[in-house]
Amino acid sequence: MNNIRKNRWKDQAFKVWGIACTLLGLVLLVIFIGSVIVDGLQRIDWDFITSLPSRKAERAGIFTALMGSVWVLVLTTIIALPVGIAAAIYLEEYAKKNRLSSLLEVNISNLAGVPSIIYGLLGLEIFVRIMQMGASVLAGSFTLALLILPIVIVSTREAIKAVPKSVRDASFALGASKWQTVSRQLLPASFGGILTGIILALSRAVGETAPLIVIGALTYVPFAPSSPMDEFSVLPIQIFNWISRPQHGFEVNAAAAIIVLLSITFLMNGIAVYFRNKWQKKLK
Amino acid sequence: MSKLKTKESIIDSDIKRKYKLQAEGVKVFYDDFMAIKGIDMSIKANKVTAFIGPSGCGKSTFLRLFNRMNDYVDGFRMEGKITIDGGNIYKKKINVEQLRKQVGMVFQKPNPFPKSIFENVAYGLKIQGIKDKRFLQEKVEESLKQVALWDEVKDGLNKSALALSGGQQQRLCIARTLAVEPSVILMDEPTSALDPLSTAKIEELIYELKKEYTIVIVTHNMQQASRVSDYTAFFYMGELIEYDQTKKIFTNPEKQQTENYITGRFG
Repeated sequence: MNNIRKNRWKDQAFKVWGIACTLLGLVLLVIFIGSVIVDGLQRIDWDFITSLPSRKAERAGIFTALMGSVWVLVLTTIIALPVGIAAAIYLEEYAKKNRLSSLLEVNISNLAGVPSIIYGLLGLEIFVRIMQMGASVLAGSFTLALLILPIVIVSTREAIKAVPKSVRDASFALGASKWQTVSRQLLPASFGGILTGIILALSRAVGETAPLIVIGALTYVPFAPSSPMDEFSVLPIQIFNWISRPQHGFEVNAAAAIIVLLSITFLMNGIAVYFRNKWQKKLK
Repeated sequence: MSKLKTKESIIDSDIKRKYKLQAEGVKVFYDDFMAIKGIDMSIKANKVTAFIGPSGCGKSTFLRLFNRMNDYVDGFRMEGKITIDGGNIYKKKINVEQLRKQVGMVFQKPNPFPKSIFENVAYGLKIQGIKDKRFLQEKVEESLKQVALWDEVKDGLNKSALALSGGQQQRLCIARTLAVEPSVILMDEPTSALDPLSTAKIEELIYELKKEYTIVIVTHNMQQASRVSDYTAFFYMGELIEYDQTKKIFTNPEKQQTENYITGRFG
């Protein structure tokens, strides 16, 4: 009897502790977002989004940084998507299971854990210097593409792996080649999962700062980029720049820019969750 | 495509072989494990041949040799020769995709594609590059009629195949196989996941289909083997123990092992 009561008490104690741990992160996030909104929300208007940078805090806007982020996001997608998906298909469907392929697998997981600043140094050497792209949008996009490639590969593989083996069997048994099976059965069936992984990877890319600073993205750019070879800045760098200034007005600007950046990230995550749910329903 | 078909059928009738499928000295290894220990066997055209035997006796492995579905299994290796209409299907230059259009397969669990009913049946034709919509529609209708599914699904061909019942799904899978006009159909325990009523429908279907196709069926169900098959082969531990007319196997088997198995004394 005593034992049962003791166990029950332990159960309750752990439950309370668990709730506290769960709430810890959430509460901190809410406090952070709340304070940012209090500081920055009144600063956000159409002018703030469409204005060029300025030395005067109340006239400065995020237009160049926002456009830089959009450019980088689009180019990164174009570069990372085909490469990542092709690599995932190869590893999952074509590669023979041997020492070499398991070595590849381990190293792709390792790459996902490499600090982003290392990717920045890699990008600086290869894209900026050797390939002579300079501190351009293109160099930044290649660098970020490298950074998210492991995430894209791993999540695409998971999505392809989730397609039941019976679908492959049926396709092969009807005389389909490997590529026909991949392109007509596996990719459509895993589309939602692949998309989810890519959006999550991109929402990480949009918040990256360090590697772009290393390759030489500027903290002040007078105009939005109009070609892949232009110099650029991105939102997180703009925020970094404003926060390091002494005037209070720029602090408010930074808070407002953070709201914009967070909105983009939350929106992308929301889209990812939506596709994941829709895809799971379809498979059932 | 129709041209090719007639050419093939001329060659077929020229050769006029009594046996559709033949295996000579077939051994199968998975790495070091010997799953098939040297089997010779000849299977007659337009008959139903049943493979029976306890789990792990190699009957499914043996079945999957005829459309080379074991090729994807890690560590798979084969010795010996398997011929269809006299042609060796394990020679180097064989086109495996072409072979599988000729030798269809129905699996243990109904495995329709997560697509519409129409797309499921048309898939085998579409991957051959056939785009003619009228032809596809006719072929889908014909195949669904062959498996007696047409009346049940004709108003909802665009609905997901996954919404069908298990028995309907399995008939759909058979229709999908028929659509590419194979001459041999391999069935790997096609009714083991189905209820008795659906099973009866599939068995009826098998009886109908043998007029046009050579059918090989793996089954765990003795009654099913005796009901649907003309010939029965009993496998045990990777060997072909006995192979004869079904009537003979079930009433007066030569070997003691066979008798023990079919009377339910082991396995």
